[in-house]
Order: sequence, then C-alpha cells, then structure tokens
Amino acid sequence: MLEIRNLHARVDDRDVLKGIDLSIGPGEVHAIMGPNGSGKSTLAYVLAGREGYEVTEGSIRYQGNDLLDLAIEERAREGVFLAFQYPVEIPGVTGTTFLRTAVNALRKHRGEKELDAMQFVKYVRKKQSELNISDDMLRRPVNVGFSGGEKKRNEILQMALLEPTFAVLDETDSGLDIDALKTVADGVNALRDPTRSMLVITHYQRLLDYIVPDYVHVLAGGRIIKSGGKELALELEKEGYGALTGAVAA
Amino acid sequence: MSAVNDTTETVEALNESGYKYGFVTDIESDTAPKGLNEDIVRFISAKKNEPQWLLDWRLKAFRMWLRQQDEEPVWAKVKFPPIDYQDAYYYSAPKSVDGPKSLDEVDPELLATYEKLGIPLYEQEMLAGVAVDAVFDSVSVATTFKGELEKAGVIFCPISEAVEKHPDLVRKYLGSVVPYSDNFYATLNSAVFTDGSFVYVPEGVHCPMELSTYFRINAANTGQFERTLIIAEKGSYVSYLEGCTAPMRDEHQLHAAVVELVALDDAEIKYSTVQNWYPGDEEGRGGIYNFVTKRGACRGARSKISWTQVETGSAITWKYPSCILQGDHSVGEFYSIAITNNRQQADTGTKMLHIGRNTSSTIISKGISAGRAQSTYRGLVRMQGKADNARNFTQCDSLLIGDQCGAHTVPYIEVKNRSAKVEHEATTSKISDDQMMYCQQRGMSAEEAVALIVNGFCKEVLQKLPMEFAVEAQKLVGISLEGSVG
Repeated sequence: MLEIRNLHARVDDRDVLKGIDLSIGPGEVHAIMGPNGSGKSTLAYVLAGREGYEVTEGSIRYQGNDLLDLAIEERAREGVFLAFQYPVEIPGVTGTTFLRTAVNALRKHRGEKELDAMQFVKYVRKKQSELNISDDMLRRPVNVGFSGGEKKRNEILQMALLEPTFAVLDETDSGLDIDALKTVADGVNALRDPTRSMLVITHYQRLLDYIVPDYVHVLAGGRIIKSGGKELALELEKEGYGALTGAVAA
Repeated sequence: MSAVNDTTETVEALNESGYKYGFVTDIESDTAPKGLNEDIVRFISAKKNEPQWLLDWRLKAFRMWLRQQDEEPVWAKVKFPPIDYQDAYYYSAPKSVDGPKSLDEVDPELLATYEKLGIPLYEQEMLAGVAVDAVFDSVSVATTFKGELEKAGVIFCPISEAVEKHPDLVRKYLGSVVPYSDNFYATLNSAVFTDGSFVYVPEGVHCPMELSTYFRINAANTGQFERTLIIAEKGSYVSYLEGCTAPMRDEHQLHAAVVELVALDDAEIKYSTVQNWYPGDEEGRGGIYNFVTKRGACRGARSKISWTQVETGSAITWKYPSCILQGDHSVGEFYSIAITNNRQQADTGTKMLHIGRNTSSTIISKGISAGRAQSTYRGLVRMQGKADNARNFTQCDSLLIGDQCGAHTVPYIEVKNRSAKVEHEATTSKISDDQMMYCQQRGMSAEEAVALIVNGFCKEVLQKLPMEFAVEAQKLVGISLEGSVG
C-alpha cells in the first residue's frame, strides 16, 4: 500500500526528515509517536503534498505509483486523506457545501456522476448519525467558531464521506477532552477496514487506548528510532522519550 | 484612437464568424451618420415618433452636455484614454447578418461558458442568437408571461413603446429621479437614449412574477444608452433583474445607462443586476466602459428600494446605485459583489440620502480583486437635518487574490442630525495558503477552491439574488476568477 524509503525532507531550509523507512500494508493502522519537533507533522504534510515541504532524497510509493509525482489534490483524489491538527476556517462556506464540493471532486475523478444537493443530504445523513454530528454543525461555516472537539469530529466526518484508502491523522487527540476523544476514536474505529490503512500521529499513549494500532514507531530527530507492536506505546508512556532518544545518542 | 473601431475589431477577432451577439426586437432600417450634434438627437427622436416635449427634453440635455465638455468625471479611481464622442454612432439599426441556424454554428468558447453556467439548452439558443423561430418553447412561454402581467395590470414594455402608449406616466416620472442635468454621462444618455424598459405596477399589486423570469426567456438586450424607468404605486411590489449571467459581448465600448426607480407609500422595488460584459483581454485591450447612473427614490412613507448587483464584467465599471430616502420610515439597501480580474477596474458603491424621519439603510459591499485589477468601494451616507433617528449600517469587505491587485474603500459620511446612527465596518483579507491547501487536500482543484472560498466571502450578497439566478451567479463568481491562481 505505502512504501516510504530513505525519505529526506526540508522545510524553510531546515532538514527535518533525515531518512525515514516505513511500510504500511492494506488495512494496517500504524502509530507514529515522538517528542515535539521530531518531524511528525512534517511527515504528515509531505505525505499530503503540501507546498514548501521539499523532498530532497528518497521515495514514497503508494499503490505501486510514485506519490511524489502527484499534486496535493491528485493525491487526495487517489485516496490520500489528512485529518489536520489545526483544521482551517473557511468563512461563509457551510459544511454541507464544502463537503459536497469535495465529494463531487472525488466522484468526478472516478468517473462517477456528481451528487446534487438532495442526494448529498441523504448520503451525509447516514454518516452523520454514526459520528454524532449535528445538522447545525453542517449548516455553520466550515470550522468557524467550532470548539476543538467539533473541529476534530468534523475532520473525521470528512474522512467518513471521502472514504480514503490511506488516512493520516495528525494529532487528532490534541485539544480534546476524554469524551470528545472517545467519540472521535469511535468514528475512526468505525472506518477501520481491510482495504484502508491509517497513520496515526500522536504525542500521547492515551489516544492509542482507543485506536489500537497494529504497529508503533518512535520518531526522533527526523528518523524512526524504534518500531514495535502496540506494547511499545505503553513502554514509552512509562519511561518517556528521553530514555529512548538518550539510548540512541549513546 | 477610434473607440468604436477598436472594439469592433476586438469583437470580430473573438468571433471568427463575424456574428454579433445580442438581440433587437424592433427592426429599424437606417443608421445615423457618425458623430453627435442636434440633428442626430432630432433624428433619434423622429425615428421613435416621439412627442415634442420629449424632443425638447433631449435637446435641453444635449445643450447641457455640450457645456459640460470639461466636466467628465475624473474623481473615480479608474484610468482610461479620453473617449472621442464624435467618433461613434448614436443610432444604428441592427445588422441584418443572419444568426446561426443552430448551436453547431456558435462559437464553441461561448458554448463552453454556457455549459459551465448550467444554462438550459433552449436558453443557450436564445442567448447565442439562434434564429428565434427555431426556439418554439421559449417563445410561447414568453407569451404566457405577457398575458399574466397584463391581467395584473402591470405595464412592462420598451421605454419607446411607453412613450407612445403611456405618455402621461413617462412625462410625469422621466428625469424625476435622475434629472437630465445630473452628471456628464446621465446627460449624454438623456440626449441620445434609444433602448430600455418601462415598468409600472399599479396600486396594491404584487407583480405576479419576478421580471427576471421574463428576461430569462426573452434574453434582454441592453443598449448602449439604455434608459429604464420603474414606478411602483402605493402598496405594490416588483422584483426586476437586468442582465444575464451568460457572457454578453457588445460592439459598443461605452455604455452609459440611466435607471430611475420610484417607490410610493408602502411600495417595494427590488432591482438586481448581473453584469457580465466583455472585460477586455488579459492585457486590458478592449472591453466595455460601463458608466451607469442608477438611482431610486423612496418617495412614499414605508417604501423600500433594494439594489443587488453582481458585477463581474466590463473593463471599467463606474456605478453607484443610490437611494433617496424621502418618505418617513423608508428603507434603502445596497448589496454588491464586484469582481475584477486581469486589468479590470471597478469604482462602485452607493449613495444613501436620508431625508425623511426614521429612515434606514444597509450597505453590504464585497469587492474581489485578482490579477492586476483595481477595485474601489465609494459610498456616501448623508443624514440630512430632518432625518430624525436615521440609521445606516455599512460593511465593506475586500478580498485580494495575488499580490498585484488593489482594493480601496472610500466612505463619505455626512451627518446633520444628532439622532442619526451610522456604522461602518471594513475588512481586507487574502485567500490564505492554508485555506487553499485545506480545500485541495480534500480533492478540489485550485480553481474549485478559489470559487468555493470566494462564494463564501460573497454569501450575504448572493443570498439576496432571485432564486433562479443565485446558482448561476455562484458559478459565474468562479468562472470570473479562472486563471487567477496557480
């Protein structure tokens, strides 16, 4: 599904990723943990194709193709989804309009007929109740005046509607209280599927109690310094990143 | 340089077939010679079989215009070479070139735009000028509408027909809101106007349809010197839409229209404009100069006039649809979207003149600039001495796309009554990279993302448009900005 080989990337003339290797198979959920500044969000943006994130070395193969060849919107249409750490406000554009435009962009790409307003409402209704998203939230402008929890739930609703093949969740737990965390995690778990892979980026073990990963990787200084099963997260929780990064330095 | 030749060439270059867009209902056979003098004014008046009083009015206007030669407005933030008014035709019969027989013969570029706007096929045929007898459906629909209006007692006809059939009404109201001496372009219009609409809604009548509906079918042709007069008697209501979301190309470079609205006690007039004339090419060659005087008089108590405009076309827009709030408790509204791209220039806004007590006005202006365009909001709010408790709320938002365009806000506020309240809010923003990235990560192209974000920015105004135009106007917003990013 996704093969990252020796990935180096640079932001604002600073080398942030310094040789990442990672393979993610279909249906697998991988967690990336690591301290602040280790390159977690950079990895997320490089995968999504954000401008200004320059890959200087290495490769990313996605479904057998070169992901780096594709523009940001082309990756999205090929099923790459990024749940943003800081979802962006779009004043005056209702959630419904935004989502319909996005869903139709994908449908157009797949050669399917675009959904009209009525068809779309029907399609949304189903997903909406699963995620506890109120009509009100879809009628309001995208992310404008949303609470932290609403923003993250909204990201997961978008993911549910866009049905990606590969989803990156960038610190989806940040800014959430425990109830909101649980709702969001339930939403994500409902989307786990043998054909859908996920990369869950987080600081804390807490999220991984709810979204249980198949693999955990520790990112520090732009490299993956340790990989393991879900028990690695627990180990980190107990001993902190310091022990691990210190061990590497030694 | 010859303004007329220049644009004619431009239009011909655009349409290899040499076919001219637009429609003319009454066919005249002659063309007046180039230039403007009293004989031309008399010629126009005679062609229209006008009564003496109207000819006299035109001549007064013409003589005034001659005295105004150094009074062409220069205060707007627009630049253009001087117009040679003697190098133009002021009366020309429609070209007798045969229209295309079917859509197969129409410029594919134009059809592509219709397609993007989602215009139904039979309307495409009307708009593209396919011979009318080939479009049976729409003709019969138009006839049905006409009957319905007559039954309600609404008069809706070309202004020249109104002069013949309803001379008293025309004489009473023509020039009563925009006098012939008003300004350089309005004076010119008063001397030489040839086209335009006349609407009269009798007391207590709620016009049974949006007059836009009629236009959708009848494909309004806007003349170079259009003159429109709308009168809403006591307690009546009318909604009028001029223009079209479909691109209108025109051989005339200068358009100097005048629109006058009169609302009596408890009457309401809603006037919507979608202006999508040829804006010139990317380098600013060609394009229409749209120098328009639009004004409504809320003469009666509790009357209301609402202007909504979506201005996306023309090389230069100079336009300030205004309200004279004379009647106590009268209400004026101005909702505007002005989109400028490439080398377009727009200086547009409104004037709200509060004369009566408890009058209120709302101004919402959304200016979008892209490319190397310049967009200016210019508005006057005046509270006169007797306008007790007058209110105004003004909101001017500007959105910039790219770093070579400009947005300017020039509000004038004059208050002569201590009980008046005036609020003014203004913002300037840019489409952020984060917003673009967010939309594109969801699969939208850069153009789809811009269209979506700009539509969000304009939402409060788009909502004011008649339903059947709102969807097209949204698409138009996106199309006008094509090529402005990435």
